[in-house]
Amino acid sequence: MNNISLLGRNLYDLDDYTPEEIINILEVSKVMKEINSREYKKLPTLKGKTICTLFVENSTRTRMSFELAANRLSADVVTFEATTSSLQKGESLQDTVTTLNAMGIDLYIIRHSSAGSPQIVNKYTGKPVMNAGDGRHAHPTQALLDMYSIYERLGSLNGLKIAIIGDIVNSRVVRSNLIGMKKLGAEVTICGPRTLVPNHMDTVYGCKVTYDLKTALKNADVVMGLRMQLERQTEGLFPSLEEYTKHYVLSKQTIKWAKKDALVMHPGPMNRGVEILPELADSSQSIILDQVSNGVAVRMALLFSILGGRF
Amino acid sequence: MKILIKNASAYINKTWIDTDVLIDKQNIIKVEKEINDKADLTIDAKGKKLIPGFVDLHCHLRDPGQTYKEDIHTGTRSAAKGGFTTICAMPNTEPTIDNIGEVEYIQRKAKDLGLCKVKVIGASSKKLEGKEIAEIATMKEGGIVAVSDDGACVQNSKLQSNIMLYAQNFDIPVIIHAEDYSLAGKGQIAGGIMATKLGLSGIPALAEEVIISRDLMLSEATKCQIHIAHLSTANSVEMIRQAKKKGIKVTSEVTPHHLIFNEERLATFDTNFKCKPPIRSEKDRQALIEGLIDGTIDLIATDHAPHADFEKEKEFDFAPFGVIGFETAFPGLYTHLVKNNIISLELLIEKLSTAPASWLKLNSGAIEVGKAADLVLVDLNQSIEINNETISSKSKNSPFIGETLLGRIELTICDGKVTWEINDNK
Repeated sequence: MNNISLLGRNLYDLDDYTPEEIINILEVSKVMKEINSREYKKLPTLKGKTICTLFVENSTRTRMSFELAANRLSADVVTFEATTSSLQKGESLQDTVTTLNAMGIDLYIIRHSSAGSPQIVNKYTGKPVMNAGDGRHAHPTQALLDMYSIYERLGSLNGLKIAIIGDIVNSRVVRSNLIGMKKLGAEVTICGPRTLVPNHMDTVYGCKVTYDLKTALKNADVVMGLRMQLERQTEGLFPSLEEYTKHYVLSKQTIKWAKKDALVMHPGPMNRGVEILPELADSSQSIILDQVSNGVAVRMALLFSILGGRF
Repeated sequence: MKILIKNASAYINKTWIDTDVLIDKQNIIKVEKEINDKADLTIDAKGKKLIPGFVDLHCHLRDPGQTYKEDIHTGTRSAAKGGFTTICAMPNTEPTIDNIGEVEYIQRKAKDLGLCKVKVIGASSKKLEGKEIAEIATMKEGGIVAVSDDGACVQNSKLQSNIMLYAQNFDIPVIIHAEDYSLAGKGQIAGGIMATKLGLSGIPALAEEVIISRDLMLSEATKCQIHIAHLSTANSVEMIRQAKKKGIKVTSEVTPHHLIFNEERLATFDTNFKCKPPIRSEKDRQALIEGLIDGTIDLIATDHAPHADFEKEKEFDFAPFGVIGFETAFPGLYTHLVKNNIISLELLIEKLSTAPASWLKLNSGAIEVGKAADLVLVDLNQSIEINNETISSKSKNSPFIGETLLGRIELTICDGKVTWEINDNK
């Protein structure tokens, strides 16, 4: 697997990773996926390593995906539940991770509602940190699994047209995907109502911006819907889910604007009937369930590479 | 006590003159080429610059109530070390400085310590709640120089209008921290490229500009003198430029950190760059420099805002806004702006000493016979390192941490007393 080493690296976001390193992660993921298809889904490679999942913001699905990945590589996993822990009692993140570190953790996986928190964990532990989502900033493992899901189907991202539709401003998934997909040569268009698309996206990420669904989907090879949260309505960002759906829903009808057989994706959890209709989400074009299973393989690849596992 | 300063290069009438200066008690009594009077203390200032003491119109001393961040002793000591001889304390303490008792407490404590003169800015609304006008006239009897709800911008336009009418009645200027809270929302940094990149909520430039626009109109209607604190956007500068042309009684200030840094410094989520108003784009920074040079911005103020390590070393969203500024104001601006030929040393002195002293109508801000002996001696060739050990403020939340700055403050004299000397490194 050539000589790229990610040993001891932090994964805050994909901007620190070269295209070669990203491809390398995708290639290792392919091997991990094969292992996940075996009847005996386990490698002894990280035996003796201890991984801590620190979920200051809840996400059962993402945490399970990480824990499964660690278990399949034989690492020990401890889980720090913010809702029942000292953080709830007012202990600072700094004190929490300093304490955890004294227990001998080799790698931290953190999800937090505040952007930049993974850097704090690394600052006070000196251990590699994987970002499992920080505020609206980044969600690099989700982006890697999205990219892997495309890579697996189409062989490359180079030259692909990818459209991402929905609540852009609140999405960390979009930001990480924009960085990673561009590094692999894709052309990404983002689309949503103007109140949900921040300024400067084109300048920062070199993507295209449109507020019209038809324009966004034109000639797209891949179309990704994002979860629309009801809270945004009360924040005054759009008037009603009905009106949002009318203009931005992904359906069998609207997907016709994209290339024939364009891949349909969604990071989950879906609001069926809001940003995507079940008829499309469950169709043969959809690779939404692939994304979920690929998540485990990609996270295995990352843990393996960062903690120095060997085949 | 008599102090004789020999062989100084002194800033007099906007130029540099080699001279001796004699101080007796609180005043300058002689400025002559060669003075040979007997003095209690003689200082050889050869090769150094003698400048009128710096005056800061905007700082937070956190006393009473938040003395784990700073207190009047550590705050005035830090100010003296930075070359300041008069500073103005903002009222957002616990309790709020919205009554004559608190005003007198601060003045008495500062006077007893004698490290730096402290003027008080009273609250414009009771408890900074933006509901009722504070006792402005009574606080004026106690000695306040202005009123402000700094950090808690009055949102209610009717109340702000009444505050201006009332303050004008008693000849007290109103200082404005311009921030529309509905537009600022949960904003953490400037609304702009970095906010988009880091996924942090942005404080749009409009949050500052709509309040400045409102208050310029209210000032015009009420004839109240207003002062806009810590400008941060290009449009704010332009609005004030136009307002001055129109004859509105407005002055304004800018902080060293808004003149020196741009939003790119936020890339590492360093909370020592988290402040209000936020540090904005390079375009805004250039407009602030331009406004400073053309006189739209009258003076430089530090907005010294101490916060303890345990408060700043938090997740970015949870860390408080504010940075300290006394000790780095002159060396920071000298190193970043004067040394890089962006502004002149003379302009820097005008904005740090002369202009704020005249804004406050102080008997200082110039090296002349009869003026208060508020002086600072600077060695432009000596440097200081900025780190946790060298900062003498109680808090260390400085955006200059790790920098080496030229323009070391060698000696500060306030009311004829030495309040800081480089060798007593404390």
